[in-house]
Amino acid sequence: MTFKKHSIKEIEKMLHNNEITVKDLVESSLNRIKEVDDQVKAFITVDEENALKKAEQLDQQTNKDAKLFGIPGAIKDNIVTKGLRTTCGSQFLSNFTDPLYDATVVDKLHEAEAVTVGKLNMDEFAMGSTTENSSYQTTHNPWNLDHVPGGSSGGSAAAVAAGEVLFTLGTDTGGSIRQPAAFCGVVGMKPTYGRVSRFGAVAFASSLDQVGPITRTVEDNARILEVISGRDKMDMTSAHEDVPAFSEGLTGDIKGLKIAVPKEYLSEAVDPEVKEAVMNALKLYESLGATWEEVSLPHSKYAAAVYYIISSGEASANLARFDGVRYGVRSEKAKNMLDMFRLSRSEGFGDEVKKRMFLGAYALSSGNYEAYYKKAQQVRTLIKQDFDHVFANYDVIVGPTTPTPAFKIGEKNFDPMVVYARDVTTVPINLAGVPAISVPCGFSKDGLPFGLQIIGKHFAEQTVYRVAHAFEQATDFHKTLPQLGGAQ
Amino acid sequence: MNFETVIGIEVHVELKTKSKIFSPSANEFGAEPNSNVNPIDLGYPGTLPVLNEEAVNYGMKAAMALNCEIATHTKFDRKNYFYPDNPKAYQISQFDQPIGENGWIEIEVGGRKKRIGINRVHLEEDAGKLTHGGDGYSLVDFNRQGAPLIEIVSEADMRSPEEAYAYLEKLKNIIQFTGVSDVKMEEGSLRCDANISLRPRGQEKFGTKAELKNLNSFAHVQKGLEFEEKRQAEVLLSGEAVQHETRRFDEKTGETILMRVKEDAEDYRYFPEPDLVPLYIDDAWKERVRASIPELPDERRKRYVEELGLPEYDAGVLTSTKEMSDFFEATIKDGIDAKQASNWLMGDISGYMNKHQKELSELAITPESLGKMIQLIQDGTISSKIAKRVFAELVEKGGAPEQIVEEKGWAQISDEGQLTEIITKVLDENEQSVNDYKEGNKRALGHLVGQVMKATRGQANPPMVNKILVQEINKR
Repeated sequence: MTFKKHSIKEIEKMLHNNEITVKDLVESSLNRIKEVDDQVKAFITVDEENALKKAEQLDQQTNKDAKLFGIPGAIKDNIVTKGLRTTCGSQFLSNFTDPLYDATVVDKLHEAEAVTVGKLNMDEFAMGSTTENSSYQTTHNPWNLDHVPGGSSGGSAAAVAAGEVLFTLGTDTGGSIRQPAAFCGVVGMKPTYGRVSRFGAVAFASSLDQVGPITRTVEDNARILEVISGRDKMDMTSAHEDVPAFSEGLTGDIKGLKIAVPKEYLSEAVDPEVKEAVMNALKLYESLGATWEEVSLPHSKYAAAVYYIISSGEASANLARFDGVRYGVRSEKAKNMLDMFRLSRSEGFGDEVKKRMFLGAYALSSGNYEAYYKKAQQVRTLIKQDFDHVFANYDVIVGPTTPTPAFKIGEKNFDPMVVYARDVTTVPINLAGVPAISVPCGFSKDGLPFGLQIIGKHFAEQTVYRVAHAFEQATDFHKTLPQLGGAQ
Repeated sequence: MNFETVIGIEVHVELKTKSKIFSPSANEFGAEPNSNVNPIDLGYPGTLPVLNEEAVNYGMKAAMALNCEIATHTKFDRKNYFYPDNPKAYQISQFDQPIGENGWIEIEVGGRKKRIGINRVHLEEDAGKLTHGGDGYSLVDFNRQGAPLIEIVSEADMRSPEEAYAYLEKLKNIIQFTGVSDVKMEEGSLRCDANISLRPRGQEKFGTKAELKNLNSFAHVQKGLEFEEKRQAEVLLSGEAVQHETRRFDEKTGETILMRVKEDAEDYRYFPEPDLVPLYIDDAWKERVRASIPELPDERRKRYVEELGLPEYDAGVLTSTKEMSDFFEATIKDGIDAKQASNWLMGDISGYMNKHQKELSELAITPESLGKMIQLIQDGTISSKIAKRVFAELVEKGGAPEQIVEEKGWAQISDEGQLTEIITKVLDENEQSVNDYKEGNKRALGHLVGQVMKATRGQANPPMVNKILVQEINKR
């Protein structure tokens, strides 16, 4: 069988009616990985043995009521899995075969009886937007293998787009779920900061990181988020907020919805095709009974600077624990303590990671702290207030997820205007801590997907999903599949 | 030139909470290496700290006992440095918003009372422990990693090594009474560093300081500071400048040895810990903690003098440790004479402890048995002389004093008939002494008392013996 055309809900029904077994599903996932992953390269580790064992075990069960019973998924490789290697895309952790514990989100997936088939490629320690910074492999965009899948959760988005699994988990610090979701034509959600536990998600920037789901459809996405959300006593930054049944609020009704469209998100740097797709989406929303107006998020122009200072500062401390003492690769050349630290880190980390740690350490050093880190935190407050002001009068903010479709592998466009435009649509959302989703909203003339970004108020994921779902149901973009590996 | 010594002290105190400050691992001393560790303590990727409320309460309690103002808004910060015993390569500490500030304690040196300021008290986590092997490798034990600590920073208010010693004794005493720590230097639950500088008398500006490390007892602190006082004075008198340096105290020689010269302050790149939320400590929380502070040594000492009528000296000795003071309180609980109890504790019990190098808790005697013994003396069951024998039994083997007296047959003979019989016999056998007494030799009575005591193996009731002897002699 192949499950790519089916939603989790449909598969649940098939399992309940004994039309298929969990083993069928998991084998179909593993077969698809075998068929296409040498081209896509989404997986760093495939855990075939345990996935099949788990499938057989679930097939013995009479109770199939768990929320993700038998559903095959995969996990970004910076989310720890007990007894299963977790590399963070880094050579430093190439020998990290047992992180000793499962992340809270992994525990929750297992409680819901999902089957995790492996670990997904990413930019090293989630620093990057193409997966080209992975020290293992570059993931290829299933829509066009010459293009990047986006990043850092590129493996997570590509695996869903290529039909290898039904869902994946990614992490989003400055756009790392939404941007690859947009590039790969799938649905990616960055929840409100505090909605999902970060316990077990290897920290890049603690005050910005969130784990979120990537799926084919909005409904599937809502269902995964229901499972992984909630207060966790192991994470003090997780919120004491009830978790609504996100997947049950998808009524399609958005009459009277007030949409804000920030002019900063539709600047000159935005590709005309992308702009057109967003305008079409707004027209569609109008036809469904919503209204929209242009607004301003005036401090967006500082977001990239603020983001790089805060995220690099936090990362410089978060990644300091990789010192070669307790886990990871220790340099063979080290003859004394200081060399053990220096050489292990010099050899284990890639250039991008080193660059950000230098930047972060610089911004935190005494004499610079006030001018950089502290100032950045103050401007972060202004950026948050921009969102508060808009949300006082509007229900959601809508714009493009990215200003362009996926770029070519190796292109490395350093045009500052383009880089800036890329960050400006995703980074402020993390700084403000609000939830945002990317849903497919069109294709370039070359056949590469675009994403529509819908941003909500703090903890208003339900609204975000409803608005995304209404769009999805009125369009066919999510039904178009990449032509890859022959028949699907 | 005449110099004034300026001393400031930093003390780290380990709080004896059940679990660690940021993880659920047990917080205990002396466990098998790396047995009280979990992935959080090991700094495994993805782990997060969760603040232990008990540690906050203990830290607050200590800060309150040191008369600090307690912060309403406080937070934790990361202090970044690489070291193999520091698994995250940052220590979670408090940088600019410590839990307590502007406190003080009172010390007494040479009969003069003086307040020493407490600059700040902040919470932080302890690091692991390194053991250096001979093979070029070192071993790390992470049991101590994450144990809750408070760092207590004094003002530079001490003017002599003697004051520094008194400050440490008093600080230890107060913390011990609050019950938040064992404050045992030998187990590392109290550690201290001392800063010392000299300046010409009358000068306001502080001189360049040296920081002393490896101070394993309060006596070493005092010795190290005394050495340093002389060393710095010699440096200054020779016309040279004291360098800002860290020096190690050498136990064997009693000298301080240069470890490193501090040129620049180390940059720890402090920033607010994003994995923890800021703390808001409202008045209700503060009052809850304040209400849990037991009576502190100064208050107790005052009460012993004013309510129990003990001399100042006794009150001071009894409150010098919590153990002694608690033992004393338990002894006098049922109306036992306080001065008697104090005499025994300060006398025979302290003497025994010193002689055998034992702690009060290691002795077999209990407050109940000491109290009972004092009672037996007071109701005339035993004499003070016999009591020394009972005490010797109690302190070594324990047991109930009344039972010991009974078993050994040590009860005092206070029966008039029985005593008269014994005395009559003694008088019959010592006619010469009787005559001497009658002739005015009062000393002869002492000899007769001695004979009666000898006949009763010391158990005769002395006042009764005196009375009956005189009566019986007069009859003859």
